[in-house]
Amino acid sequence: MRVAIFPTCLGDAMFPRAPIATVRLLERLGVEVAFPSAQTCCGQMHLNTGYADDGLDLAATLVDAFAGYDHVVGPSGSCVGSVRHQSADIARRRGRAAFADDLDDLAGRTHELSEFLVDVLDVVDVGAFFPHRVTYHATCHSVRMLGVGDRPTRLLDAVRGLRREPLAASDECCGFGGTFALKNADVSSAMGSDKARHVVNTGAEVLVAGDASCLLHVGGILSRQQAGIRIMHLAEVLASTEDEPALVATP
Amino acid sequence: MTASGRHPGTIGAGEGALHHPDVDFPHAAATALADSQLRANLGHATATIRDKRAAVVAEHPHWHGLRAAGAGIKDDVLARLDVHLEELERQLQAGGATVHWAADATEANTIITELVRATGATEVVKVKSMTTQEVGLNEALAAAGIAAWETDLAELIVQLGDDAPSHILVPAIHRNRAEVRQVFLDHMASAGIAAPADLSDDPAELAAAARTHLRDKFLSAKVAVSGANFAVAETGTLAVVESEGNGRMCLTLPDTLISLVGIEKVVPTWRDLEVFLQTLPRSSTGERMNPYTSFWNGVHPGDGPQDVHVVLLDNGRTDVLADTVARQTLRCIRCSACLNVCPVYERTGGHAYGSVYPGPIGAVLTPQLRGIDTPLDKSLPFASSLCGACEEACPVAIEIPDLLVHLRTKIADEAPRYDLQKAAFKAMKAVLGDPDRLARAERGTAVARRVLSRSGRVAGLPVLPSWTTTRDVPDLPERSFRAWWAARADVDGVDGDAGPCAPGEGS
Repeated sequence: MRVAIFPTCLGDAMFPRAPIATVRLLERLGVEVAFPSAQTCCGQMHLNTGYADDGLDLAATLVDAFAGYDHVVGPSGSCVGSVRHQSADIARRRGRAAFADDLDDLAGRTHELSEFLVDVLDVVDVGAFFPHRVTYHATCHSVRMLGVGDRPTRLLDAVRGLRREPLAASDECCGFGGTFALKNADVSSAMGSDKARHVVNTGAEVLVAGDASCLLHVGGILSRQQAGIRIMHLAEVLASTEDEPALVATP
Repeated sequence: MTASGRHPGTIGAGEGALHHPDVDFPHAAATALADSQLRANLGHATATIRDKRAAVVAEHPHWHGLRAAGAGIKDDVLARLDVHLEELERQLQAGGATVHWAADATEANTIITELVRATGATEVVKVKSMTTQEVGLNEALAAAGIAAWETDLAELIVQLGDDAPSHILVPAIHRNRAEVRQVFLDHMASAGIAAPADLSDDPAELAAAARTHLRDKFLSAKVAVSGANFAVAETGTLAVVESEGNGRMCLTLPDTLISLVGIEKVVPTWRDLEVFLQTLPRSSTGERMNPYTSFWNGVHPGDGPQDVHVVLLDNGRTDVLADTVARQTLRCIRCSACLNVCPVYERTGGHAYGSVYPGPIGAVLTPQLRGIDTPLDKSLPFASSLCGACEEACPVAIEIPDLLVHLRTKIADEAPRYDLQKAAFKAMKAVLGDPDRLARAERGTAVARRVLSRSGRVAGLPVLPSWTTTRDVPDLPERSFRAWWAARADVDGVDGDAGPCAPGEGS
């Protein structure tokens, strides 16, 4: 089984904790992970802003980099969602049918982290230890594009020491939305503030989600509010063990 | 003028609307967000209706099948719209109705104004209708000296308050009952029977005041104007579904009935209603069945209106039909489920969308009907975080996020060559499209981290005020994933640049 990590450009540049934890977790579970470094970005931000051809050119870096791998694993519902449910359709609309077939082939091999763990590795208890109160935000694209369902919470609930507090309106959008956060900054902030309020109300120490982008947005608001709540990617929690605990430092 | 010969800009924002085509969605939204009463009213109302809908959808054993059937029926209609419309025309005429065709808002308003004038009436009663709002019929009738009275309770509140509708189904959703009481006390008298001087904000009292006011209109009106939820081609039947009974009054009491119907409202057979009469009430009001469903086909001597007219309206719909990707927009049955679940709509309300069609469906429908020319209409497809809640709730499975991206692509394709944002995204692509450039940029990030903040946390950045006004900039990482991987590979003594062809990959 040839497995490649797809850290995503955001994870690579701005939130490397998530892909690093993904590599450590998968290796702990006995998976040999490769990082084909020709990959850069899935092109989602360009596609979603209307720059279809530029976005598809970026997606092409993934097609080349992941050729020959049985499975591609990304710690992001949003970027995996774009690979699986967006780029091929747009390629067909732009008249790039052969490339769309390549994207379809890649889509069939690409998994969000919780899907890969539960569906491919058939594991729910990953042997993690994380003695903290957490709450989980179900990111939009993981829920509504990919349909990850309860996989992330099943994985979390199997972590020893972890106490999961229910989050009100858990699957309501946090307001990030890529360029939406900048183009409609006021609405985005209003949505994010409501999400942050729900998170604070849980009394959790840590907000967990499967997308770095949403975490950075809500985390930025929690930090500004000095809420004392840390953000962590699902992969970081699952990578944490007694021997190698994840640090829950000051937020 | 567009290819179909219509004048763009004919989709109204409703009477009393304050919107301006030069004010884009983000600026209009900022005004709405600052209104805490509006935020409270909307938050309460959308949460209530969302929960009701969720309950009656969850209990239905065949919801997904109904949803697929509804989408399928509409897609079949749209694929052969001309055939179904001609059949509808034949059957309506056979029943004694007169059929008119309106290419745009101006034509529709002219036809209806002339029909009312021919009766000699100076006022008409109206059934709640989105198409008549779309064409600005009330304003056109007023210009001709004809008063059009809205008889739906929420439309009455909007009309009396010289306000604009902010929701497809619940046009006064932005008002609470204290505000409604004040509107009735201030404005009912000038429009007919006054509200009682001791009116309270008790919902039953408010409804009673409206009933007394409207009953006078129903009993005196000679002409009614309606829309239609569905038009059945095989039987020539129009249908209106409603909750208050005001529609039934308008459809049965006056001598003349004029209905303005969008051409996409046609369904081929009577049996098709089986699907929509289940999905529409559950999606719109959260009820299993709506209280009043009225059907009429043509004229029945001695029973109901004796002069029946149907105006079939294009007004941009054939332009939508011509776009094979966006065509599915015309499946919409105007239920408002997408508005009620939309986190953007919930916080801004409908007025920010500058159209009688607000919310997610408005963000795709309005620019297609009106054309993507003004700053407002160019901003509407971006008024979404693409969270997908709308598509999930849609009873005819319209892929709204996908259509929003499709419209964004149209806007980007048509942008000037030297557009600032286009240049920025080109520059970003140049970095993101090349692993070496990306790695260099990531090393720059690490430098920026040291320069900007000793702690790694950045509270304010002059270049990104739209982010930093409410959010801290993320802690910048010490090194990228790419750098971590390369360093680890060096320690392990393997090639960090592992690809499928490189030996020793995946250390």
